Amino acid sequence: MNILVCIKRVPDIAGSVTLDATGTGIDESGLGHTMSSHEECAVELAIQTAAQAGGTVTVLTLGPAEAVEQLRAAVAVGANDGILVEAADPSVFAPEDIAQVIGDVIRDRAEAGQTFDLVLTGDDAADTGDFQVGIRLAYDLGYPVLTNIQTISVGGAAGGGGERGSGRIEARGIGPVGTEIFSLDLPAVVAVHEGGVDPRYPSITGRMKAKKAQVVEYDAPVPGMGSPRLRLELPEVKASSVTILGEGPEAAPALVDVLEEIGVIRP
Amino acid sequence: MASVPAQASVVVVGAGIVGNSLVHHLAELGWTDIVQIDKGPLPNPGGSTGHASNFIFPVDHSREITDLTLDSMRQYKELGVFTESGGFEVARTEERMEELRRRMASARAWGIESSLVTPAEVAEKVPFVDPEAILGAFWTPTVGVVDSVRAGTMMRESAEAKGALTVSPNTEVTGIDVRDGQIAAVYTTKGEVATNRILIACGVWSPRIAAMAGAAIPLTPAVHQMISVGPVPQLAERPGEISFPIVRDMDTFCYERQHGSDMEIGSYAHRPILHDPDEIPSIEAAKLSPTEMPFTEDDFDPQLEQAVELMPEVLSNPDVEIRYAINGLLSLTPDGAPILGESPQVKGLWSAAAVWVKEGPGVGRAVAEWMTHGLPEIDVQGADIARFHSHQRTREHVRARTSEAFNKTYGIVHPGEQWASDRDVRRSPMWHREADLGAVFFEAGGWERPQWYQSNAGLLEEFGDAVMDRSAEWDSRWWSPIINAEHLAMRQRAGLVDLSSFVIFDIFGPAALDAVQHIALAQMDVAIGRVVYTPILDENGGFRSDLTIMRLAHDRFRVVTGAAHGMVDLKWFADRLPDTGAQIADLTSSWTTIGLWGPRARDILGGLTSSDVSHEAFKFGTARTIEIGSLEVLASRISYVGDLGWELYVPMESGLKLWDALMDTGHAHGLLPVGLGVYGTTGRIEKGYRAFGTELDSERSVVEVGMSRPKVKSQDFVGRAAHLRHREEDPKTVLCSLTVDDHTSAGGEKRYMLGGEPIVSADGDPLIDGHGRHSYVTSAGSAPSLGKHVLMAFLPPAEAVLGNRLQVVYMEEFYPVTVASVDSTPLFDPDNECIRR
Repeated sequence: MNILVCIKRVPDIAGSVTLDATGTGIDESGLGHTMSSHEECAVELAIQTAAQAGGTVTVLTLGPAEAVEQLRAAVAVGANDGILVEAADPSVFAPEDIAQVIGDVIRDRAEAGQTFDLVLTGDDAADTGDFQVGIRLAYDLGYPVLTNIQTISVGGAAGGGGERGSGRIEARGIGPVGTEIFSLDLPAVVAVHEGGVDPRYPSITGRMKAKKAQVVEYDAPVPGMGSPRLRLELPEVKASSVTILGEGPEAAPALVDVLEEIGVIRP
Repeated sequence: MASVPAQASVVVVGAGIVGNSLVHHLAELGWTDIVQIDKGPLPNPGGSTGHASNFIFPVDHSREITDLTLDSMRQYKELGVFTESGGFEVARTEERMEELRRRMASARAWGIESSLVTPAEVAEKVPFVDPEAILGAFWTPTVGVVDSVRAGTMMRESAEAKGALTVSPNTEVTGIDVRDGQIAAVYTTKGEVATNRILIACGVWSPRIAAMAGAAIPLTPAVHQMISVGPVPQLAERPGEISFPIVRDMDTFCYERQHGSDMEIGSYAHRPILHDPDEIPSIEAAKLSPTEMPFTEDDFDPQLEQAVELMPEVLSNPDVEIRYAINGLLSLTPDGAPILGESPQVKGLWSAAAVWVKEGPGVGRAVAEWMTHGLPEIDVQGADIARFHSHQRTREHVRARTSEAFNKTYGIVHPGEQWASDRDVRRSPMWHREADLGAVFFEAGGWERPQWYQSNAGLLEEFGDAVMDRSAEWDSRWWSPIINAEHLAMRQRAGLVDLSSFVIFDIFGPAALDAVQHIALAQMDVAIGRVVYTPILDENGGFRSDLTIMRLAHDRFRVVTGAAHGMVDLKWFADRLPDTGAQIADLTSSWTTIGLWGPRARDILGGLTSSDVSHEAFKFGTARTIEIGSLEVLASRISYVGDLGWELYVPMESGLKLWDALMDTGHAHGLLPVGLGVYGTTGRIEKGYRAFGTELDSERSVVEVGMSRPKVKSQDFVGRAAHLRHREEDPKTVLCSLTVDDHTSAGGEKRYMLGGEPIVSADGDPLIDGHGRHSYVTSAGSAPSLGKHVLMAFLPPAEAVLGNRLQVVYMEEFYPVTVASVDSTPLFDPDNECIRR
């Protein structure tokens, strides 16, 4: 089973965030970069699934030349190779454009003999949070799509649609009332939500392999700007306050009260 | 919100290892009302201390840094936060093995136990090192790791317990009030503190705080990459934080240090990555801490393979993961030394910056003593913030030099090595003439100074074997036999030296005499026109400088000193002037100086001036204005090379005209331009002239360096009481000149020492003087007039006996030497007839 994971280079944010001058993106000066945490889990799921079913994991990103760092980070933890669709300023691509670009690359790769049975994305990107690319990509490819998925296993009971040719997976995710379990025929698109698996750290040998990994490069086309973003707004910062509960053993009852109040322990 | 106290004796900015050590030592020395602030929380406010690798290798080629490190280790041990692990510096190349032999010289010179060991011995202590990857190693059993955050906390709390200190974390400096050149108040996010002292000890942020007062702390935040990998089964088997020695992989500029079950790998191999203090993220915006910046993998990737080569078993294990990786910030300075002391730009602004964990507590003690008594016990003059010339404080200079130096952190640096970056900042008016003559320029204080002239290469044939050529590449790097040939030509005929780099300042006004009399050891109430060479002492009778002072008028004195230390001298004098009646003016860039020396000097000068320059009319040790063509020239008859001659001072813009006149007239007398190689080394060493920073420092007395005079002037001067005491005591050490008897190495090559090598007994035992110092070579150089290689060294008094046979250790081989002078009696021309002819 060959899996494609679509990832996005995003600023590695900890606490406070400032917006750039245009108001449509984050001021990235002084920040490192990473992939969104949903996507880290998608990469981990892909590696585990490919190991279980046999097959390869390819990572794809649309971004600046530096986004190859995120591709190599994925290879360092176990992906096989990468595809960089280079766009100097990815912020001018709306989710609809990105889905279109990825769809075109997948079709182009198929012509080159590289096909993917399963395409994973994150639910949404850490910086823009659009929650659209996975669904739009599935629509473009004519594949079924699942969102909010946390674990994937190979095989499982046949779904209503029957076998479609390239295998079947069982996917689990969190629904409004509990765990949702899907059986899905491939090829398909699955948007992953973090929390189901622990992404691994790279080993030194993994990192060394990543340095040499093959990355296929495409130039991104001029985007059509379907459904563009107008601007981002920062939420109002709530002032934090600290209450000293006391010192030593005398503080214990007050601590218990707080823990009960916030639901950590039951009264 | 809590506010800061309204008043303080000193505001210490920074609660890393340096700031914490400072408040501790200030409190120990009796200071009260200390306020310490940090913009971060305690105990780890987010500076460089918080992510330091915390290991200490005591041996450094610099004695000053080694002294601070040894004092720091002692303090860490007293606090109970030092764990001895031992440490290896491993070599992968023969060139590095040679450097490790030099390391051994420094270890022996500073009295630190170390040894050279085989790859098998390394593998015995660190079984996961591949012995095939290395040629050998330098082993120091006293290497260890410390808990610098814990140490700092204990020191800060000790000051608090004394009631001497108020600590205010999460408090940021917003401004500094300077009134009449003096610190008056510090503004913070928690209020204003009235104080006349601020002590800046906040590492990478220090320049930003100093700039608020209009002062410079010329350092730059720079990245040092570090990753931590684990869990490593071989490490997890043993308890505790560290149970295997630390390994410095010197040729790849990396280290591997156990941290519990993880292995930390740090690198100085990547490109220099410099930041501006204003670019460092705020605490709120930082992912980890502000000084743990985002890791840039590409920069570290090349190091991974090299690390795996050294420790394949541990690091190629796929279960060992990279769990932590940072671009950690540390502080770099343009000359590599810390920045300590009171700023020459703003009174009351003190710096203790660009300090590593291994020096932190030692620096804390030294600066606290400095603030309290005016003098630290350990001589830290090489780190004095006053040392910088103005261009050296610029951002561009700091950027250029630190970029060049970064990859030399674990590099093999020759003692004569010159900087390649930010050159040609200061050129003398004769520069083009010198360049046309093939001058090889060395730099001091930004000045380009000819070290020798390729145009003099023809002299090599004339003097033949007397030029004492060197076949070993290391011995002859940054050196030329032309220096020795120029020396011999000067001794036979005459040499012209460009001395434009002198730092020159005038003290003038009705109280000028009182001022210089108070600062100098020598009698300054002399006739107008006298030139006085004098030690400048501190209160303990140690050396602050040695320099010459000319009395130009009843109320004007001109101080002439060297480029390297001149700016510190300028501050020393300025700080000790009376409140009224005497002023100081830096005239360095107003005057150029040309030295003319050699037996033909009088003929040359006499041919250019109608003034009487005979021995009787123009006595040694006097200065007067003479006319040379249309130039008024201040001629001063003194010599640092031990020959007849003058220093000739003219306004900078007239230097070229004077140079050309001298060269034209001198041609018929065989005059040649000679470089600083003669002036700074060969000329001085065969005359036994001491140099500040090598022989002269704050630890050794005037008596011990053999420079005491028959009488002490009756007027009071700084250090007088201590000097009088020293004259009554037996010296604890004696500065001697030694000659090398046989240069032949075991391999049959003649080797020439460069300085820093240990002197040991004929049996190979270390020599230790009354200060507890091991004997080592302070200066080394050719004495071409004698056909000898001369070493200067402090010896225990019992060994300071003429003809005593000892040994010098060079590259771990022993060479016989003989004590040739036990006082300041020159080896060449002991009666100084050449100077007085």
